[in-house]
This record gives sequence, structure tokens and C-alpha cells, in this order.
Amino acid sequence: MNGSRAAALTLAWRFAALRTGGFPVIPTLIIGIIAAVAVFADVLAPFDPEVGTLGARFHPPFWQVGGDTQHLLGTDHLGRDVLSRLIFGARISMIVGFTAVIFAGVLGTALGILSGYLGGWVDQLIMRVTDTWLALPALTFAIFLAAVVGPSAMNIVIILAAVYWTRYARVIRGEVLSLKERDFVRLAVVAGCSKRTIMRRHILPNVLNSAIVLGTLMLGVVIVTEASLSFLGVGVPPPKPAWGLMLADGKKGLMAGYWWLTVLPGCCIVLMVLSANLLGDWLRVKLDPQLRQL
Amino acid sequence: MKRFILRRMGYALVSLFCLSLTIFAFVRLTGDPAVLLVEPGASQADIDAVRTQFGLDRPLWVQYGSFMSALLRGDFGHSFYYRTPVLELYLSRLPHSLLLAVAAMAFSLLIGIPTGIIAAVRVNRWWDSAGKIFALLGLSMPSFWVGLLLILFFSVYLGWLPSSGSGTALHLIMPAFALGWYFAAAHMRLTRSSMLDVLGSEYVKLARLKGLPEALVIGKHAFKNALIPVMTLAGINLVIMVNVAVVVETVFAWPGIGRLLYEGIAFRDFPVVQATVLLGGAMIIVVNLVVDVLYAVVDPRIRYER
Amino acid sequence: MTSPPSPPLLELRGVSTHYVSARGARVVRAVDEVSLSLRAGETLGVVGESGSGKSTLALTILRLLPPAAKIVGGEIRFEGEDLLTKSDAQMRRIRGKRIAMILQDPMASLNPLFTVGDQVAEPLRVHEGLSRSDAWSRARELLQAVRIPAPEARVGEYPHQMSGGMRQRIVGAIAISCEPRLLIADEPTTSLDLTIQAQYLNLLRELQRAHHLAMIFITHNLGIVARMCDQVAIMYAGRLVESGPVKRIFNAPAHPYTRALLASIPRVGSGQERLTAVEGQPPDPAALPAGCAFHPRCPQSHAKCVEEAPPEFAAGDGQITRCWLWAPDRAAPSWPSRSPA
Repeated sequence: MNGSRAAALTLAWRFAALRTGGFPVIPTLIIGIIAAVAVFADVLAPFDPEVGTLGARFHPPFWQVGGDTQHLLGTDHLGRDVLSRLIFGARISMIVGFTAVIFAGVLGTALGILSGYLGGWVDQLIMRVTDTWLALPALTFAIFLAAVVGPSAMNIVIILAAVYWTRYARVIRGEVLSLKERDFVRLAVVAGCSKRTIMRRHILPNVLNSAIVLGTLMLGVVIVTEASLSFLGVGVPPPKPAWGLMLADGKKGLMAGYWWLTVLPGCCIVLMVLSANLLGDWLRVKLDPQLRQL
Repeated sequence: MKRFILRRMGYALVSLFCLSLTIFAFVRLTGDPAVLLVEPGASQADIDAVRTQFGLDRPLWVQYGSFMSALLRGDFGHSFYYRTPVLELYLSRLPHSLLLAVAAMAFSLLIGIPTGIIAAVRVNRWWDSAGKIFALLGLSMPSFWVGLLLILFFSVYLGWLPSSGSGTALHLIMPAFALGWYFAAAHMRLTRSSMLDVLGSEYVKLARLKGLPEALVIGKHAFKNALIPVMTLAGINLVIMVNVAVVVETVFAWPGIGRLLYEGIAFRDFPVVQATVLLGGAMIIVVNLVVDVLYAVVDPRIRYER
Repeated sequence: MTSPPSPPLLELRGVSTHYVSARGARVVRAVDEVSLSLRAGETLGVVGESGSGKSTLALTILRLLPPAAKIVGGEIRFEGEDLLTKSDAQMRRIRGKRIAMILQDPMASLNPLFTVGDQVAEPLRVHEGLSRSDAWSRARELLQAVRIPAPEARVGEYPHQMSGGMRQRIVGAIAISCEPRLLIADEPTTSLDLTIQAQYLNLLRELQRAHHLAMIFITHNLGIVARMCDQVAIMYAGRLVESGPVKRIFNAPAHPYTRALLASIPRVGSGQERLTAVEGQPPDPAALPAGCAFHPRCPQSHAKCVEEAPPEFAAGDGQITRCWLWAPDRAAPSWPSRSPA
């Protein structure tokens, strides 16, 4: 490969922020736009996402024959406006994704710190549970929990947090174990700080970076899991416009060739997850080189 | 080494115990278990009957004891929907899941290993970047969406492949691709890093010093060694594939364990859901144990060589 | 200097190899302006602290450098041919066939997944075009030649079934399999215990005599040099600071660094033959001192040493040194123990 082509490629690479050095502009922009859409969904959406006109079922997007500018991205099997559902779907994905990641993060970080710092039977107990839960396939475990507690948007958040806190706990515990041997922690012990103080004032701030990086990387995973649960009918209950649910509904029109019901929600999920992963990768290199192995 | 194996087996037993306790606890402690264990639409009398049958009024540890003893006897309860023992149902679906997993594995290795090797041999060049994009897409595209897109193109538009069901090799192609897609990315990344390790080894250096052609150095000396960790991961992933195929099997109506789990949810057939989770978790714990023990057996040799 | 009757087997003239970091910001002169020559059947010892560029020099001769390293100048003549102008395919036919090398860690240089016979037979099949069965019977003979007991049974075994000393001898068998003219041994005994070390050195010497091999022996062990080598070259920070016949250099070292090295050997045979006690720290290869790289550690440095790196000066019978003390316009250096040439 000659030099200028390589340089051009490198530039393109940087621009797409797949390269770890530069700040990932596009992914941040995409997440920002989705977040803005989620916040202003009421203003932006042309229709009520949960109410359709049965007379206007399976309208294609406006550029196709039979489409109209009233429903820019067409309608679904109940005649609901796809664009409006996508817009409100962003809100659900954002809320479920972020809250689940934060719940899981808080729980996992707290337990990871306790496990790593206290050691002994507390460590044994937490780590045995962590190992076992990590062995369970996340989606299967989430389905089981959903079957036990029943589907609702709030339950989904709790389920996802219950399934994913173990990932934080494992990593944070490892970090705490090495932090424990550091001078400033030993000094605090010698100075007579209580265990609580040490964990809160000396350990927690030092594992926060890792927790944030992990959270960003987890956002994509959580959103895919939520979509899968909704797709299977144990996630966000209908008629709420979750993207996964839209895909499940879209399957009904798939064989008839109503592609927009399948392609569009999927694109939204992929854009969101891809952006979160890129941002997470960048943060990982930026904030915490030790996490590269993850 | 014997001590290590025994300790490792001990851990696995603790994990299995922990697993059963987890499942037990979630069923008993979140609401009324009788409602879960009874068929949908059952009368109050039925619920009461179940309550006495399972001893739900007795202390929790007694309940756990009978739960465990039933599990150890292979009694996972009866399916409400199919009216057969759940274990029987599970075992009848297992071959389908294995078939799908093997096909998906073959596909993921076929994609993952060559791309991983190319990415390792051409470090930091175009191929490596392409590999990164591929790996990222693999992680970011949900397998069920990949499946739906496949149906859209190959069944609806082109009409080449059947959109659902099982029976012929043609039925297998799309679900195997959708399921293997995600794993292909993982296998690619491991092949790449393993290959990079091996390429830096002394024996590859010696192979070059012998004046062997590069194709022989990479294809013979490096490749075989680099494959060991990949095959280990593939072994674990095969079992994981059996257990994570829920969405793919649902999309393609493939009659495996994942589909069984989906039916369990759809028909509110709780014993099926519980058994699938328990058996899936147990399977993965056991496979991890087997891999660790095998590694321990192989390890002294490897350590000796260093 | 009397010119030898036979032309040298290997001759390096002003060879430089540099490591360049990814952005080209850091340049490490791993091998800098090295000239040396070696005749058939001779043994040259290359001595230096770790990081002095000994191994890079070996890989430079074979043109098997890591991607970051580049040969930036000089000439390497082997049997009259310029190795630096050879194509990759031509080089491949030279490696293992005409120039063989034994690596620093012979324990790790056998591939764990192939039988010993396969690995010994491999160069024979590639370079000599032998059939599988011919190559294997040759492999058996080679194992016999390096004193592996029961070679018939051993060829079918895997490396992990053998002891360290045996594996090392197999590496030796691979090296001599195609009857090379030059064998480069890069610290081949550092990972062995003393008795096996001695056995192995004896074996190498025998092989050398039997095949009329020229050998480059890279080591930091001056005791081994005294035992094995005819010529010696001392490397410091990528440069050859002194070279010449072993006897002369041991008896009358010209360069202050060589003198420090020799002084640091407690006593040959005491088992403590490693170079440890030259005062001061080896320089950072990426940030070498100006002038002579040794001047910060040199007891006899003066203004000139800081200003300019010394070229090669003759210091007597076949002995060459890079030290300003030997500049012809200066009076002969006068340190007490220097015996007259």
C-alpha cells in the first residue's frame, strides 16, 4: 500500500473514530441525537405512538409507491406511525439502558469493593455468587427472571441490573485487591481510618474510572438484551413502542415484504449499540489502560 | 495437579449448589410461587393443591431439600403444555440445538480463523482495520436482527431459502449464520491475539532461521499452535451456543432448546423455563470445569517448555 | 596487519541497523558501523552487556530483523556474495542451508506440536529436496551425531518428552543438518546448568571441527570466549569498541571498556564468570551520550571523547579499537598494566 493511500485511510479511520486515539465525534453525536430525540419525543413525534388507524395499515415509507408524506416512515400492522414509534422507542431504550447500567454499576461496584477490601467470607460469598451468575447465559437468566417477576418496564430495569452487576463486581474486586497494597491505602490504615472511610474515601474514587468505562461498554449489551427480551415478549409490554417489540411486530409483515418494520428499528438499535461500543472503547483506552484485556 | 483438580471440582460443586439456590430463591422469594407452579387459569383449589404438593407452607429449608432431591433424581417437573416430564422434553430438543450449534460453530470458525490470521500477519494494515470493523459489527448487531434481515433477503426477496422450520440442510443455513455471526467476531479476535503470541515465539523464529518458506512458517508452525486456545474457546462456546440460541431459534422456528424456552414463556409453562435455565447453567459450569481440568493436564508440559 | 591468504568467509563493512519507533520519533542505533571479518573454520566471540546489540547483529547478518528494525547502511559479504542485495527468496535459501543459527533459548525453540524427527528433517526436505524417508533417516544420523541415545526411538518423540540438554542438542542437530558454512550461536548456554553447559560447548567444538564450520559465538561470558574462540569482538552501545585475536585482547586490552570487563571477571572457573561489575549504568540505547558512548563510565575520558565518536584505530597485531587514546597523533597511552606489544 502506498503512503498517501495509507494516510487517507488512517484519516478516514480516525474520522469514523474506530481509531483509539481521536475523540469519537460521530458516535457521541449519534448518542447525543438519540438522547435529544428521547427527551423531545412529545414534540417531535407527529402521531401518538400507541394509537393507529386501522384504515392505514402497512403503509410503506413515503418514497415508495403507496407511501405518503403523512407517515414518513410508513405504518405498522395496526396502522401506527413508524416514525413516531421509533422516536418514542428511543426514549424507552435510553431510559431502560441508562438506568439498568447505573443500577447494575452501583450494585456491582459496591459489592466488588466490599468483596475485595473485606476479603474472608464476605469475599467468598460474593465471588461464588458472581461466578455462578456469570456462568449463566445472560439472556436465558434474564428470561427466567422475567418469567418469575412478570413483564413491566420497571421490572426490566431490575432484571437487567440483577443479571449484569456481576460483570462490575468481578472487575472492581480485582482492582481493589491491587489498590489495597498501595501506599496511600496502607497509610490510611495506619492513620486509623475506619474500613468504611477507607472504602469510601480512598478506594471508591480510584475504581470510579473503571466503573464508568465498564458502564459505557455495558450500555450496548444491555440495550441488545432489552431488545431481545421485548422481542420475545417478556420485556417491555405492548403497546409501548420499544424497538425490540417493534421488531417482533414487524416479523408479522416480514413475509409480505414489509421491510421497513424490520429494517428501521434494527438500524436504530445497531446505531445506538455501535456508538456506545465505540465510545466505550475510546474511554477504555483513555481512562483505564489496564482494562484493555476486557 | 491432583489437588488442583479436586479443588476445581469442589468449586464446580459449590457453583452448582449456588445455581440451584439462586433459582430456588428467585422462585420462592418473589411473590407467590404457587401462582408460578400452577397452570395458567387454574382454580383456587388447584393452587391450594399445588401448595400442599410442593410443601410451600413448610419452612424454606425443607422446601429446598425436596427441591434438590427432586433435581438429583432428574425430576424437573411436568410441562403444563406438553403434559410430559420436562427432562424428556429437554432431551428430545437437545439434538436439534446441538446440530444448530455445530453448524453455527463451523460457520464462525470458517470466518473467524482466516480473518484472525490475516489480521495478525498483516498487523496495522488495512486488513487489521477491516477486522476491527468486522469484530465491532459482530458485537453490535443483535443476532435476531441479523436473522430477520436474512429472511428478508434470502426468503422474501430471493426466495432461495426457507424462512423457518427444520429438516433439510437448507433450513440450517440462515439460523447457523445468524447464531455464528456474533461468535465469529470473538473467534477472530482470539485467533488474532493468539497468532500474534505464537508469531513472537522462539520456535517460529527458528522455523524462519531454518529458511522455511513463509507459507510453511505460518501455515504449519504458527497455525497449529495458535489454534489451541481458539479450539478451547470454541469448545466452551459450543455449549454456550446451545444455550443462547433463544432469539435465533424463535426467529427461524428451529425446534431446539431455545425454542422450548420461548414456548415456555409464551405458554406460561414455568417448569420448562426453570429447567432450561438450570440445565443450561449446569452445562456451562461443567464445561468450564472440564476445560480447566484438561488445561491442568496439559499445562505441566507447556510450563516445562518455557 | 598481515593479510591472510584465504579470503574471508564473512565480512561486514560499516553495517548499521536502527530501530525506528512507529512515528519515527525514536531511533535506536542497535548496530552502528560494525566491521568485522571471519575466515572458514574460525570462531569469533562477540561480547557485550545485554542491550549492546549482539543479538541484533546476528539477526542483521541473517536479515531476520523485526519489522521495526532496518539495516540502514554497510555491506555484508558472505562467500563473496553481498547479502544485502539478495531477494527474500534467495535469503531463505541461505538461512538454515549456508548460515545456521542457534537461538538464545534453545528450550523454547522447538515446536511443541511436532516430533523431533519432523523438525530435524524439515530443513533437509526444504533445502536438499530429500524425500520424507530419506530426510528422516538423515535425521536419525544427525541425532546420533549430537549424541542422542537411541535415535531410532527418539525421532518419533515430542520435545516435551526430552530433557533440556537433549533438546538443546537437537537444536544443534537442526543447525548442522544442511552442513552450513557458518553457525551463529546466540548465548546458547545461558539457560543451562554448568555441567551441561560444558558438555554442550564440547559438542559444538567437535561439530565445528568435523564440519569445518566457522562460528560466531555471542555471549557475555568471557570464560566461554577464552575457551571457544580465536577472535573476539567487544560491543558497546551498538559499536564494536575493540576486536582482535583472543590472546592479544585478553593479554593486552586496548579499550578502557575491555579492560573493565576483564577486570570484572573474578577468576575463570569460579562459576562467577558473568559480566556484572563494570562501574556505572549501561547507557539508554535511545539516548546515547554524545561522542564516545562509553565516556561517562570511562576512567580515562577527556574532552575529545565528549566531542566526537572515535573511529577505528589500529592497536597492534590485528587488534583494532575505537578509542581516542589510540589516535596516531597522540603518544601511546600509558596505563600501568599495559604490556608492550
